Amino acid sequence: MKLLEYEGKEIFGRYGIPVLRRHGIIRIGDGPDALKLDGAGPWIVKAQVLAGGRGKAGGVKVAKTAAEARELTNKMLGMKMVTHQTQGKALTVEEVLVEDACAIARELYISVVLDRKAACPAIIASAEGGVSIEELAQSHPEKILKVAVDPEAGLLDYQARQLAFDLKIPQKNFCEFTQLARQLVKVFLELDASLVEINPLIISGEGKLIALDAKIVTDDNALFRHKDQAAKPDHEASEIEREARAIGINYIGLDGDIGCMVNGAGLAMATLDTVKMAGGDAANFLDVGGGANVEQVTRAFQIILKDPKVKAVLVNIFGGIMKCDNIAAGIVEASRKVKIHVPLIVRLEGTRVKEGREILAKSGIKIEQADSLWEAAQKAVAAAKR
Amino acid sequence: MSILLNKKTKLLVHGLTGSQGSFHAQQCLEYGSAVVGGVTPGKGGTEHLGLPVFNTAKDAVKATGANASLIFVPPPYAADSILEAADAGVAVIICITEGIPVLDMVRVKKRLAAINACGRQVTLVGPNCPGVITPGECKAGIMPGYIHKKGGVGVVSRSGTLTYEAVWQVTCQGLGQSTVVGIGGDPVQGLNFVDTLRLFQADPATAAVIMIGEIGGSAEEDAARYIKKEMTKPVFCFVAGKTAPPGRRMGHAGAIVEGNAGTHASKVEALRKAGAEVVDNLSEIGAAVAARLKGKGGKKGKAKAGAKSKAKAARK
Repeated sequence: MKLLEYEGKEIFGRYGIPVLRRHGIIRIGDGPDALKLDGAGPWIVKAQVLAGGRGKAGGVKVAKTAAEARELTNKMLGMKMVTHQTQGKALTVEEVLVEDACAIARELYISVVLDRKAACPAIIASAEGGVSIEELAQSHPEKILKVAVDPEAGLLDYQARQLAFDLKIPQKNFCEFTQLARQLVKVFLELDASLVEINPLIISGEGKLIALDAKIVTDDNALFRHKDQAAKPDHEASEIEREARAIGINYIGLDGDIGCMVNGAGLAMATLDTVKMAGGDAANFLDVGGGANVEQVTRAFQIILKDPKVKAVLVNIFGGIMKCDNIAAGIVEASRKVKIHVPLIVRLEGTRVKEGREILAKSGIKIEQADSLWEAAQKAVAAAKR
Repeated sequence: MSILLNKKTKLLVHGLTGSQGSFHAQQCLEYGSAVVGGVTPGKGGTEHLGLPVFNTAKDAVKATGANASLIFVPPPYAADSILEAADAGVAVIICITEGIPVLDMVRVKKRLAAINACGRQVTLVGPNCPGVITPGECKAGIMPGYIHKKGGVGVVSRSGTLTYEAVWQVTCQGLGQSTVVGIGGDPVQGLNFVDTLRLFQADPATAAVIMIGEIGGSAEEDAARYIKKEMTKPVFCFVAGKTAPPGRRMGHAGAIVEGNAGTHASKVEALRKAGAEVVDNLSEIGAAVAARLKGKGGKKGKAKAGAKSKAKAARK
C-alpha cells in the first residue's frame, strides 16, 4: 500500500525524523475556514497524490500570504494532474497539505528499499537529492551509495557513520544524520515497508536537517500485524479494485475493452499479453484465485461488467484443483444472475474439461468456446471489434 | 533420476489438519507420494487421513524419518514452520503458503544460510508456489497430477497455472517432464532460477528445460548469465507481463516493474542473448520444445516464427 506524503510525515514524526510544521490537510468539500495558518509564512501548498514529479506538474506552490495560501489550495483541489510517473493518466487532487516553507542549502537523497537479490533491506543514498534517483542511477551510478542492512540488528553505528562521511554531512549535522538514518531503517523494519524514501532530505538555510518529502510503501502481506494501517483507505486502488479485494479477487483496471477472468496471477498476466498479441487490449487483470466457487465467479462477472469499456469477456481457466465442470456450472449460474450483454468467450482446460465443455454447450447460453488460449484471444478480439 | 524429489522422498505435511492441508495431502497420497505424517501443534497423537499427527516437526522426523516438508500453514505462522522444519532436519522444504510478509522471508533466508553454513544442506522451495513434482514418483504440491508425464523436460516457473499450461503443452506433444519446480511469485524466495537450472544441468534425466519467468526483479537476467556461462542443455523461455502497467503489483507480490528494473524487454533481451529460445506466444512453447527434442524443426526460431505469423494473421 502506498502512503500519501502527509501520512508518511506523521509516521516520521513518531520516529523523531524531523519534518516541517504542518498546518493542515484540506480535502475537497472542506469549508473556506478549514485552513488555519499561524506564523508569518511563507507556506508551501502541496497536492497529495501518489506520484513523483508533482512540482513540475504544478502540484507544489509557495504562498507568501495567508490569502494566497487559501487561493492556491482551492485551485489545487480537484485539479487533474499528469506527471512522468502517472503513465499519461490524470490523477485528481483530493487532498492538499499546507506546511511551512523553508530555504534549502543542500539536497540529498536517502531511502531504504528491499534488495531482492541479496534478500535483505538496503539503504540507498546520494549526495545529490531532489532529482530522479532512477535517472541518476543511469547517468552516474558512482554517485549512488548502497549499504546492506541486517533485518534484525538494523543499521549499525559504524554503517551510519560511514554513510555520513561518504555523503559529506557537515560536522554540525553529523549526529542528527546518523540518528535519522537509523530511525529510517527502524521505520522500514517496524512498519513492514517495502520502501521508505526521503527525496529530498535537506539541510535548510538555517542549517537543520529536514525530510522535505516522505514516500512510504508498505507490504500488503503484513497488514495482519498492522491493524491501524489495514484500516486506512488504499489511495491507489480504484473503487472496483477495493470491492474486488474485499471478496478475495485480485483485480486491476486497465485501458482496453476485453474483460478477462483467469485463475492464477501468472496465467492472468500471460492472458493479457496474448490478447495484445492477437491485436486487442485487455480491460483488466483479474485473478479469481485457485479455489473459486460459483459465488466468486458470479462476483467476478459483476466486477468485470461494471467497467463500461468492456465489449467482450474472455474467461481463461486452467483447471488444476479447480475443476472445469465446477467452473462451467459457475459460469452458467452467473450468467443467469448477471446480465452478460457482451460476447462471452470461454477457454477451459485441465481437470474434468470434457464435462465442463459439455455443461457450457448444453446450457443454451451464447458462449463461444475455444480450445487454446491463442484461439480464445483471437475470438475475443474479433468479438470486441464487431 | 530427477531433482529434489524421487521415490525415496518421505513427505511431512505441516498444517495437515487444516482444510488446504487435508485436501492437498489427500491428492498427494492418491498420486502415490509417500506422505508419512503431519504436524499440527496441539493435535499430536491423533490420526488424520490415516496418517499420524505430531505436535512438532522434531517429533515427526524422529518417528517417521521424513526427509521433506510440505507447508500449508497460514501466512502469519508459515515462516516459523519453515524454520521448524529446517531445524528438525528435513532436507527439502516446500512452502505453498501465499501471503507471507516479505521481511519474514528475509529473516528465514538469513537463518537458513546460517544453518547451511554449518554444513547442513537445506533447500527451500517457495513460498507462494504450486510445489514440486517428479512425475510418476512424488508429487509435493497443489498441481493437478494427471497433466504430467514422465520424460526429459525440466520445468521451472514463478507462476502456478502458467506452469500447468506449459506442462500440459509438453505432455500433449507426447513428451514428458523430469521434474517440475514452482519457485513461487514472491520477491524473496528459496530456490531461484539459477539454483534450479544448475540442478537440471547436472541431472542426467533432464534433456531440456522450460523456464517461465515474469516481470519484476532480476531473476531472469541472472538466469541468462548462468545459461550463457554454464548451460549446455537447451532452455526455452516465456516471460509473462509484457503488457502489465509499471508500478502495479500484478497479483504476485514479486511481479512489479519498479523504475527501470524488472521490465519484460530487459528479461527477454538478456535471455535471447544468452542463447535461450524465448517464445512470444505462450501457446507455442510446447511445440518449440518438441521441434527441438524430436529434431523436426532443427534450430531455433521456428516456433517463434509460427507464433508471429499467426499474430499477424489475427491483426488483419
